[in-house]
Amino acid sequence: MATTTTIVPSGGPVAGSRSFLSRLRDGDEIARLITFLFAASVVLITALLVYELWQGSALPRHQFGLNFFRTSVWDPVFDQFGALPFIYGTLVTSAVALLIAVPLGIGAAIFLAELAPLRLSDTLEFFIDLLAAVPSVIYGLLGIFIVVPLMRNGIQPQLKQYLGFLPLFKGPAYGLGFLTAGVVLAIMIIPYIISVSREILLSVPRDQREAALALGSTRWESTWKVVVPFARTGIIGSVFLALARALGETMAVTMVIGNTPVISPSLLSPGDSIASVIASQFKEATGELYTQSLIELGLVLFLLTFILNGLARLMIVITSQRGSGTGLA
Amino acid sequence: MLSMTGVCAVVAVCVLFFILGYLVYHGGTSISWNFFTRLPAPVGEPGGGMANAIVGSAKLLFLATLIGVPVGFFGAIYLAEFSGTATAFIVRYAADLLNGVPSIVIGIFAYSLAVLPFKHFSTFAGGFALGLMMIPITLRSTEEFLRSVPISLREGAMALGAGKWKTIATVIVPSAYRGILTTILLAFARVAGETAPLLFTALGNRFWSPGWSQPTASLPVAIYNYAISPYEDWHRQAWAAGLVLLALILIINIVARGILARSVSVSRS
Repeated sequence: MATTTTIVPSGGPVAGSRSFLSRLRDGDEIARLITFLFAASVVLITALLVYELWQGSALPRHQFGLNFFRTSVWDPVFDQFGALPFIYGTLVTSAVALLIAVPLGIGAAIFLAELAPLRLSDTLEFFIDLLAAVPSVIYGLLGIFIVVPLMRNGIQPQLKQYLGFLPLFKGPAYGLGFLTAGVVLAIMIIPYIISVSREILLSVPRDQREAALALGSTRWESTWKVVVPFARTGIIGSVFLALARALGETMAVTMVIGNTPVISPSLLSPGDSIASVIASQFKEATGELYTQSLIELGLVLFLLTFILNGLARLMIVITSQRGSGTGLA
Repeated sequence: MLSMTGVCAVVAVCVLFFILGYLVYHGGTSISWNFFTRLPAPVGEPGGGMANAIVGSAKLLFLATLIGVPVGFFGAIYLAEFSGTATAFIVRYAADLLNGVPSIVIGIFAYSLAVLPFKHFSTFAGGFALGLMMIPITLRSTEEFLRSVPISLREGAMALGAGKWKTIATVIVPSAYRGILTTILLAFARVAGETAPLLFTALGNRFWSPGWSQPTASLPVAIYNYAISPYEDWHRQAWAAGLVLLALILIINIVARGILARSVSVSRS
């Protein structure tokens, strides 16, 4: 076969020194071919995924073009599909989530990496890893039965009373809506921010801290003015990673966002997000255009998370390489 | 200021205990023997359970493991032992990309590959979707563990005359097996709670689902459907199912980390 013959010369130094026949007898070439097929299937699946999303959304792409992203009417009965309310909902809920999760997550990461004794830090990290393993439908369950009533009866009336003059907090307090979805999302992404940021902070070379302390800075100053700036790129990377999670998060958001495709400046208003509209409507979607419009939303979501994940990984790699580089010097 | 960061950490960990406590409290009072042995009761009728969802989840996870573990495992062997840098880069890149794909998009993909051509929802399609999600997780960390096997072990095996394949099968994989086992367990736990990819592949079912080609109930989807329903009795069932699912996932996580921790302490001593 063509693949085997092309692969032979690229064998490792040890394998290359023996004849092709003896390697075939030992099963080396067969093993290579079999494992190659499995590895290649990963590439194939990923390529097929992109192809299916692109192909599956051909109809709305031709019919609506860029208007798909500019119109806010989502009316399956009259075959009018505009993605704006869902994109808006995804962005707003993710923004709320980041606003809550970033200070809390980075604060906790600083504590775990800088202040806590190693034993305590490892124990807490263990629990935080477990927190990251809790499935999103469980967060949704808690969201519906705890966060929503709490929002409706406690927090949202308070917000309306004291901050009601802002357009952000106008309208009736349903409990379901952007704010609630953002809060639940925040709870879900905090563990990711903590885990990755802690790793990044721990990789900051020791001499950076010692130099700051030797110059007479306090513990907090050395942390805040030296260690954190050193790790800044990586921490931003961890935030991007969490943001990608938040954008693609489906179940918990679907259960608490209210599933109404409206664009409202008020955080108390019910809304809808890209992932949640797919989750709640795909099964019942009738007609090619309807289904394909939902698939195009999936494509948008895929591209968003793809870009964010790429950026995040790049930033984390840059920071940890910088850390190890200066650590050696 | 530093004490403020401590507060942040405590808040984050408290959330976990709160989730656990609340689930145990609500789920514990709703769970009963019937939950594990009976089919869902019609609306308004008390009792009933989720036996079909438990069996359905088991079948889905079995299929997922059957797809995700071989592809991830052998793909990782190729990456760690056989491939050149360029091929490895492409495979790794594809795996990372697949890993970052939101689960709902995986659902769409599985729908168009495994539901549309057959014109019906099925257990198979659901298992396929979950299997896809297991692949990149298994692949990337199995590769890490294979790579962390010391080079001296490989050289020793080769010096004794073992071929490449023999070295992999008798030396490298056995010495990395704890890490690989941990990886597989964690990947399993990760997809066990996935709901979004199942919504329009395995769909859901109020009854038993014989064979592999019919829609099946599963615990996560059942939790979702029951939680958004207006019936008090279903809410209680959702809590019970949530407790069972979370307990399963947390136990697997703890066991997996235990296996890994032991292997670290063994290699250190």
